[in-house]
Amino acid sequence: MQDAISWIRHGALNYICTRLSVPPAEAWGVVTFYHLLATGPRPAAVVHVCDDIACRLNGADQLCRDLESRLGHAVHRSPYLGQCDQGSAALVTKAGPDADRFVLAPTSADDVAGALSVRTVPTVPKVPRVGASASGARIVRRMTVVDATSLASYRQHGGYAALAKAIAIGPAAVIAEVSAARLLGRGGAAFPTGRKWEAVAREPAQPHFVVCNADESEPGTFKDRVLMEQDPFAVIEAMTICGIATGSACGFIYIRGEYPESEAAIGEAITQARAAGLLGPRVAGSHHAFEIEIRRGGGAYICGEETALFSSIEGKRGEPRSKPPYSAQHGLFGQPTVVNNVETLVNVLDILTEGGAQWAKTGTAGSTGTRMFCLSGHVARPGLYEIECGQTLRHAIELAGGVPGGRALQAVLLGGAAGTFVGPDALEMPLSFEGARAANATLGSGVIMVFDETADLMDTLARIAQFFRDESCGQCVPCRVGTVRQEELLRRRDPGSGTGDPGTVLLNELGQAMRDASICGLGQTAASAIESAFANISSLKGARP
Amino acid sequence: MSHDEISFHLPPPATAIPAPPPQPAPTMVPLTIDGRAIEVAAGSTLIDACKTLDITIPTLCYLETLTPVNACRVCVVEVEGARVLAPACSRQVEAGMVVQSRSARVDLSRKVVLELLGSSVDLSTAPGLSEMMAEYGARPERFQEVIGSASAVSSVAKPIKIDNDLYVRDYGKCVLCYKCVEACGTDAQHTFAIAVAGRGFNAHISTELDVPLPDSACVYCGNCIAVCPTGALMATPEFELRKAGEWRPETQAVTDTICPYCDVGCTLTVHVQDQQIVKVTSPFDNDVTRGNLCVKGRFGFEYVNK
Repeated sequence: MQDAISWIRHGALNYICTRLSVPPAEAWGVVTFYHLLATGPRPAAVVHVCDDIACRLNGADQLCRDLESRLGHAVHRSPYLGQCDQGSAALVTKAGPDADRFVLAPTSADDVAGALSVRTVPTVPKVPRVGASASGARIVRRMTVVDATSLASYRQHGGYAALAKAIAIGPAAVIAEVSAARLLGRGGAAFPTGRKWEAVAREPAQPHFVVCNADESEPGTFKDRVLMEQDPFAVIEAMTICGIATGSACGFIYIRGEYPESEAAIGEAITQARAAGLLGPRVAGSHHAFEIEIRRGGGAYICGEETALFSSIEGKRGEPRSKPPYSAQHGLFGQPTVVNNVETLVNVLDILTEGGAQWAKTGTAGSTGTRMFCLSGHVARPGLYEIECGQTLRHAIELAGGVPGGRALQAVLLGGAAGTFVGPDALEMPLSFEGARAANATLGSGVIMVFDETADLMDTLARIAQFFRDESCGQCVPCRVGTVRQEELLRRRDPGSGTGDPGTVLLNELGQAMRDASICGLGQTAASAIESAFANISSLKGARP
Repeated sequence: MSHDEISFHLPPPATAIPAPPPQPAPTMVPLTIDGRAIEVAAGSTLIDACKTLDITIPTLCYLETLTPVNACRVCVVEVEGARVLAPACSRQVEAGMVVQSRSARVDLSRKVVLELLGSSVDLSTAPGLSEMMAEYGARPERFQEVIGSASAVSSVAKPIKIDNDLYVRDYGKCVLCYKCVEACGTDAQHTFAIAVAGRGFNAHISTELDVPLPDSACVYCGNCIAVCPTGALMATPEFELRKAGEWRPETQAVTDTICPYCDVGCTLTVHVQDQQIVKVTSPFDNDVTRGNLCVKGRFGFEYVNK
């Protein structure tokens, strides 16, 4: 309905409720939860302009103001759109007979105005910037050469060899290989993938589900989008292997609503794979059945949290659930569910073709393999860089061309809004889970956002606080009210300073309570970037509110 | 035309109600709370376990008759080895758990949560809240003192909704405990007239499309009023008396009786002030009602007052 008339008409919602036997009050709760769904009339063509932290460094605020004065209420400021490698970004949604959704990145006020008025879609080829360190090129190897729209091209470049091997060696051996590789989840929590798969495979309750978390909403992260757009078959193949290994016949890939191009690429890949018998009741002629369905997110950062993602797939408000019970026992629809990030899954292909033990020779003892790092902000060549675990932060920033214009580095944000700020003194930090932990930082989802000496970090911190305020689901008190108070404390006019300052005390206590008492990771990490900035960045040390 | 013989049969003699099949004894789980070792049945929650030791855990969104939603977070306790605090209302006991019901971390979280609520919600009619605030040293006014102006401290204040004769909805007093939604939904009434809408700080209890109550699916059972912990939902007589400054619970006579309307036989607790019935509730531990009533039992008392 959003695609048809650009908003959820009330009578139509009631009709949907009648057909689906859903209480209208609950449906209303769901519709008002997702920010891409409108509950009142609005223009057929609407643009969502990213004004999140990286885009702000590139003048997003001015772009938004220009557009708001030119186009009025067809312009919506949007949280993070996942295009940090491009510089600026806008998601255009058109409803009606010419319904369409596409992303303009990089973009300008003229581009957006043009795209809103013309009937046809401008096809601006978006060039992803992808690189790798000398020892790191694994995933990007195929990504840069394969034709993303062709199964034949994917096969030519080694595609579906891993699935053939998985079918030949059987589920238990697949899990053994993944465990031997000591692969850790790439979504941020760094949970051992092998252990997760094994736990689900062991559960007697049926059916089991595979969920691929492609709701990449952490500000500064765009690796999963580039992966899905450049190498969609790899994601499909890896999900299929996961399904076989864990005894699941049904997989869901939850793609955020801000990624129409990813959704199209994955959709096309699923269609081709199904036609070739690589999905369906007999995967590649074996006795394993596996199907994949796409679910589109409605615009909610919280749905990247795995239990909120389950709620969202189930058609509810994207509210996280308490853990325990864990998803391996009680996940999607209350069934044993394995949920993995896109990058994590794609790593499984090389693990199978090379063998887990061999694969684990790359990287460090605690962090095997390579990682996709999303470099953005004040670097010469923002983009996606694949780097062997254990290389230094300095190396990553140099790969992206370093800070441009000879300016000095002020700070680096690792892991996104839920991550940590580090100062120039942390450049020798190894990019591995244990290296980050030793430096009291986190790699999170692979964000490396660079701020030079000209950046206004207080503005960035206030935007991060606003992000959490906007994205809190509202379920628990520490996060619902705490994120609001955090932003208010950061934006107050007369910031005090010093350790005895009541504002400092209050912000510290608030951060501690949010971390300790919130239900899910959103509230638990809502203060971490802000606290780390005041602790680690010298320019902010005197200015602590 | 022949007449059929009119026959009359006595009902069969009453038989004893069959006893439920014997249940296996529950598995007992050993754990330690505040240094005291106890064993409780598997599947119990931490709050159940604390109760057996007479340890009181403060709660807002918890009620024995409803599924715990663990949204308010004042019941958090410290579980040794866990990264974050655990909600006692829903966390089930595990063998060997070592729990602190009070610790510096627990007290800080409870204090801040109460301050966050106190600074954003009108808690003036929430029973027991001021005592809870005092116990944890919560000073909600801290936020205004630091932030400066009262207008910069957001609150959920909004106009009172009076759109029917039976009850008043003042969502400026709502702490979003989800109890009314549960009572209206699968935990009691199965009417589904209300749900949480919006997100984050704008999340609120709403009818479908935010229509007035008479246009919604509401059947006026008032079970939401019964479970509301802050007085955001209030029956009209109580609201009017409070407005006039004449609500005096300490002078009220409270009497249990049986509802006269149908043959279910619900227990009613009648609250009488100045020879007038001012409120009807039902005990939460009653086997028949579990605190729930229907529109007649809860609101059909005006004829007595006349």
